[in-house]
Amino acid sequence: MNVLVLVDHDAGTPKKISNQILTAARAVGGGEVHAVVLGQGATASAEKVAAYGVSKAFVWDNPDADAFATEPMTAALVAALEQSDAMILLYPADPFITDVVARAAVRVEAGVVTDATDLELDGDTMIATKAIFGGEMSSRCQVRQGRPQFIGVKANAFTAEEGGGAESECQVVGLDVTLDDKARRAEVVDTVEQEAGGRPEMTEASFIVAGGRGLGDAEGFKLIEELADALGAAVGASRAATDAGWYPHQHQIGQTGKTVAPQLYVGAGISGAIQHRAGMQTSQTIVAINKDADAPIFSIADFAVVGDLYKVLPPLIEEIRKRK
Amino acid sequence: MRIICPIKRVPDTAAAKKVDPDDHTLDRDSGEAILNANDEWSIEEALRIKERGSAEVIALCMGPEQAQTTVRKALSYGLDGAIQVTDPAIHGSDAVATARVLAGALADEEFDLIIMGNQSSDARTMLVPAMLAEFLDLPALTYVKNLDIDGNSLTAQRETPSGHVVVRAEMPAVVSVVEAINEPRYPSFKGIMAAKSKPLQTHDLAAVGVDAGQVGLDGSWTQVVEATPRPPKQAGDKVDDDGSGTVGAKALADFLAARKFI
Ligand SMILES: Cc1cc2nc3c(=O)[nH]c(=O)nc-3n(C[C@H](O)[C@H](O)[C@H](O)COP(=O)(O)OP(=O)(O)OC[C@H]3O[C@@H](n4cnc5c(N)ncnc54)[C@H](O)[C@@H]3O)c2cc1C
Ligand SMILES: Nc1ncnc2c1ncn2[C@@H]1O[C@H](COP(=O)(O)O)[C@@H](O)[C@H]1O
Repeated sequence: MNVLVLVDHDAGTPKKISNQILTAARAVGGGEVHAVVLGQGATASAEKVAAYGVSKAFVWDNPDADAFATEPMTAALVAALEQSDAMILLYPADPFITDVVARAAVRVEAGVVTDATDLELDGDTMIATKAIFGGEMSSRCQVRQGRPQFIGVKANAFTAEEGGGAESECQVVGLDVTLDDKARRAEVVDTVEQEAGGRPEMTEASFIVAGGRGLGDAEGFKLIEELADALGAAVGASRAATDAGWYPHQHQIGQTGKTVAPQLYVGAGISGAIQHRAGMQTSQTIVAINKDADAPIFSIADFAVVGDLYKVLPPLIEEIRKRK
Repeated sequence: MRIICPIKRVPDTAAAKKVDPDDHTLDRDSGEAILNANDEWSIEEALRIKERGSAEVIALCMGPEQAQTTVRKALSYGLDGAIQVTDPAIHGSDAVATARVLAGALADEEFDLIIMGNQSSDARTMLVPAMLAEFLDLPALTYVKNLDIDGNSLTAQRETPSGHVVVRAEMPAVVSVVEAINEPRYPSFKGIMAAKSKPLQTHDLAAVGVDAGQVGLDGSWTQVVEATPRPPKQAGDKVDDDGSGTVGAKALADFLAARKFI
């Protein structure tokens, strides 16, 4: 069965999560893998995803996609769906992409399952496994109305592997998208980067180092960043830390922040309240450093260090640099 | 100005969750239920707009009869009234069905702005705001951490992984907010008392013009085929640092190396 993958990219470079999903599509669909790539740099990104076995790429490389929120991309996605024979659309579980998918699904009258961590084809139906209630339970869900079946896939659920494709074998289909005035009603007037680039994005990072109230002040996050950089990790934070203004809210992990499931989560000075665990307890490996031997986070930690993070982290950073 | 705040009744995070073995829906009576945390920020934002100028703020809740306590809680913050949509056929509705019902309830309402949470703590799909906007054919500004209103224009900061984008749209519009937008107030005693007598309209599906075949377990476009508790995670090794830091650091580095993280 042919699977269409909505590729998220940074102006010409496909995001890691997109490559992971393309790899999953190849393994689970049993048919061709097609891609839909939207926004500035879409042409360059489409060339790059060919290596993941994409045989057809629908491309809309147009500044309007980024100049206005959600609706131009929705129109372009719907245009791709009209030309596509795919029964399944896989998309990265990202907030802005979720908006595009939500509108498109209502437009084409198809159901959406979010946050899949495993996929399995049952006849014509894709069954998605996903964590629910903050990872307390696991469920299997399916779309049973409409085509394609829209399924969001979480970062790090699959490992990206190139395979069986080349740029010359990928048919590029330029999408013809006519936007009405309505599609331009939410205008992007500015982009503000609060942080210097260089670190991976938290929601798609393989490794995350998170800091909490135990750091004592904003300055403490320098140590967290240093450890993150030694590991090649993203930085996360508890609500206590973001509430105090020590680190920006977009890094908050938990019930009212982001849900992450990296290969490695390191928590320092975080107690592991249930609302925090609701955003990270499905991480593959959990490590915690806390001076309280009874900290709740230790009950889900694969490795625990009972100690003062200000004593443990500096030599840990040294050790990691030495062994790398 | 008239502002609508869609609010959801959700199980308390700490409450034990029980799922019906037959239809895989959450047993909403099994534990304590609360107002979805993210909806406290949308209520707060609406109240601040009201206090800056003048606005009527109305809560909108799709939920079972018991959700009335959640609606009264929302009213206690100082909202002016509420609409509750309750119908046995709604049980088991997914995001599309929810957005359809909310849109139906607003079809004959006048409003300028819809402000809602960006995610519910139980379903957590983040789909409902954009879907509601699509059903109502409105622009949506989502994941907003700062909102300015000037006449009929909205200027919003939409949170990104490394900062934000600034987006402008004209009202009427849908806005979904993240936690960083404000610090919600607590209901006052006066507010709690007043909530009891605030106007609350209750509608069934027919009253909001939605066909029962388009909602609930049978009408939803998605289906849960299985829901099982995840086995509790086992705690691994615990190392006591001796106060030097190096003992803990060495042990942790060994663990990371053994798992091939370094
Ligand atoms: C509706 C609602 C939603 C919420 N949503 C979220 C959410 O999304 N994310 C979230 O994180 N929280 C959330 N919370 C808050 C949550 O309940 C906790 O308050 C919060 O997670 C605590 O953060 P913390 O672990 O950093 O701080 P604390 O609980 O204060 O823990 C600090 C820890 O640091 C340790 N410590 C102190 N000094 C040191 C040191 N020198 N070395 C080592 N360890 C040290 C202490 O032993 C302690 O365990 C929410 C709460 C509510 C009510
Ligand atoms: N049953 C409901 N009644 C009213 N509003 C809802 C309902 N379900 C979801 N919402 C709104 O949609 C937002 C996002 O929820 P969700 O899409 O489920 O993550 C919530 O914060 C609410 O504002």
